[in-house]
Amino acid sequence: MYGYSGKILHIDLSTRKTWIEEKPETWYQMYIGGVSMAARLLWENIEVGCDPLSPGNPICIANGIFAGTPVPVGGKYGLASKSPLTGLIGDSLSGSWFSVALKRTGWDGLVIHGVSDKWITIFIDDERVQFRDAKKLLGLGTYATEEAIREDLGDDQVRSATIGPAGENGVFFANVTNDGRQAGRTGHGAVWGSKKLKAISVRGTKGVVVADPDTLMQMSFDISDTSQGPYTVKYRMLGTATNVLNMNKLGLLPTRNYQEGTFEDAELVSGEYLEEHYKVKKIACAQCPIACEQMSAAPDGPFKGAMTGIEYECLYANGPNLGINDLRAVIKLIETCDQGGMDAMSGGVTVSWAMETFERGIFKKEDFKCAKYPEGFEPNFGNAEAAVTLMQMIRDREGIGDLLSKGTRRASAIVDAERGTETYKWAMNSKGLESPGYDARGLKTFSVGIAVGTRGGCHNRSAAYDPDIQGEVNRFSIDDTRGKLAASSEEYAAVYDTLPLCKFIRRCFTGKADRAGAWPAIAKLINATTGWNFGYDDVELIGIRAHTIKKAFNIREGWKRADDDLPYRWKHDPMTKGASAGHVVTDEELEYLKDLYYAAKGWTLEGLIPKAKLIELGMDDVAEQIGV
Amino acid sequence: MVTSTSKYKYVTCDPELCIGCQLCEYICSYTKTGEYNTYRSRIRTIRAEEILITAVACRTCENAPCVIACTRDALTQDAETGIIHINAERCDGCAWCIEACDFGAISINPATKLAEICDQCEDLEEGPQCVKWCPKDALELTTPDQRAQRARRKLAKEDVLGA
Repeated sequence: MYGYSGKILHIDLSTRKTWIEEKPETWYQMYIGGVSMAARLLWENIEVGCDPLSPGNPICIANGIFAGTPVPVGGKYGLASKSPLTGLIGDSLSGSWFSVALKRTGWDGLVIHGVSDKWITIFIDDERVQFRDAKKLLGLGTYATEEAIREDLGDDQVRSATIGPAGENGVFFANVTNDGRQAGRTGHGAVWGSKKLKAISVRGTKGVVVADPDTLMQMSFDISDTSQGPYTVKYRMLGTATNVLNMNKLGLLPTRNYQEGTFEDAELVSGEYLEEHYKVKKIACAQCPIACEQMSAAPDGPFKGAMTGIEYECLYANGPNLGINDLRAVIKLIETCDQGGMDAMSGGVTVSWAMETFERGIFKKEDFKCAKYPEGFEPNFGNAEAAVTLMQMIRDREGIGDLLSKGTRRASAIVDAERGTETYKWAMNSKGLESPGYDARGLKTFSVGIAVGTRGGCHNRSAAYDPDIQGEVNRFSIDDTRGKLAASSEEYAAVYDTLPLCKFIRRCFTGKADRAGAWPAIAKLINATTGWNFGYDDVELIGIRAHTIKKAFNIREGWKRADDDLPYRWKHDPMTKGASAGHVVTDEELEYLKDLYYAAKGWTLEGLIPKAKLIELGMDDVAEQIGV
Repeated sequence: MVTSTSKYKYVTCDPELCIGCQLCEYICSYTKTGEYNTYRSRIRTIRAEEILITAVACRTCENAPCVIACTRDALTQDAETGIIHINAERCDGCAWCIEACDFGAISINPATKLAEICDQCEDLEEGPQCVKWCPKDALELTTPDQRAQRARRKLAKEDVLGA
């Protein structure tokens, strides 16, 4: 087999035993890598119905098919566990050196079972596995942990995926971090923390053998060359932060916990302002010629010295969404999340829920008592010091931070049960995962894309905002094309998430990002790597299978049609200002859109998958378990 | 003895332009070994701090300390190009050259256990492949004098034109 070793490494933390599972080439042809293979490994290895923070929930890591080769932006891996935040599938992607080093160890994937009796790290040194004491690493931030491990092992080439204090403390939206990149969103850090696993380190010394290295080399060079041109200029120059002003103009920039979609100080938190005042360096993942990571630092002010990578989603969540107009504070907030090892989107949206709950008089000053402010403090929107303190309290689960560390869905449910309030009405999440920086009230196609998302409120798994924003459809109304558009968008995204290739390369194959532009080129890359004979249809199937296995996982865990939902606010509270004012997605609209979407997928009206559909995809064993 | 690097060309990296993508390592290992293995690259990217990234290859020192240190006369320096040649028959992988190198530019091949060093792809007409591949033009085959000249010109322009 080319491009793969054919081997998955299993590690049981309870027994400290390891074993090797060999998979046939046909299995790889179906699940490829990234989120698809990780989700499939989770499907095969979890105790169905288990508590996400129990030993029965495995950590599944699947490397990319192009990791360790020169294929631009192919140095990525997928990570899957049952999510503590959603109770459904948690699948994330991260890029860079960890993925490449893992590839060179010769393992296509890792499955970590059980729970350790004390804090450890796993060190995978080619084929050897070591369990190392992690006592000295406890409390360290993510980057400091990586550096400490390199120092300890005496080799710069050791790469680690780690958790920060948030993961150790069991924050429900804690991340796994490697090389400054986050496997974000669904709370993997909490799963690792529940297993007392501080880090996985890898050192790989083996070469990656592919079927046709000359062709792969030439194609890679051409794509790399193209990627320095106009197709990626947005990512290379301002980064995704350039979206701030666009979203503001469209009235879609979440402001003060999604109360509005325009921010009066948008200019001050724009990508342009960031570039001019705070940018210090552009950084790439391993194997990436684009370099979108916009490292930014606060040179002065109360948060002087804070530094981190800034992109749009983290920026909206911790800037306009908190009513904060000072990018130095935003940098500090995101740094607190990145180094603490937690999701900056969920973090920001949870803090904004707390701020609104305070402004509505439900939370009082004394609810915010902490070591730093023994009398409590008043977290109004725009109060940067309060926001930073709250974020640190979440990371450490100090005071009210303990409640907030559970995410908006649980936190609001707890408060509403205790105080008889209705704070769920401004808890911005779908399936428990906090909402992204695109307000769905003004993006009706996206509204169904996000409602049906298998990992909850995520803009990465569904790009159904594209037809809305590009003007291909009327973004304020609905019609019978939307179900198909949403299904098509998520299957398209799933191809990239499975290979994985970063989506920022999507125009660099032929100039066109659509399937006709990209799939033939991607098939050629796959064939040069593996020696297979993939064509357009095979590439399309990659995405469909990836999405199907994740959906099947959710169904097996008890997912119901009613779970495909939007935050209350998007269904009931129209915005009063800006280009998207006056709109909501009504329950009737949403249910109709869901009907359309399930029909487009070939599923039943209840959103279940027919047996025949699964068998058609070669997923017979899945059909047996959840097919109808 | 003071190491001097004034005379010969070598592959330099501008840390302001380098993004840490490692593509130089991929192309180097592929050119030299036929496989993709950044572990076998003769140019090495370094992330010394979160935002301090650069790449290092042989600096073709004059009176190269690695050549002097070699106890088996396995290393020789090309008088014209400054490139260090390693005689695989003589090298026994003792690593004295690695200790002598101020730039960490020499490594031991884990398979053959012999020393390896950047040879600027001297057998290829188009020169160092890493320079050809670098997507940000951070790498260059140049001499310190040429770099200094450019720095002076840039400074002068900035002073006069304010650009």
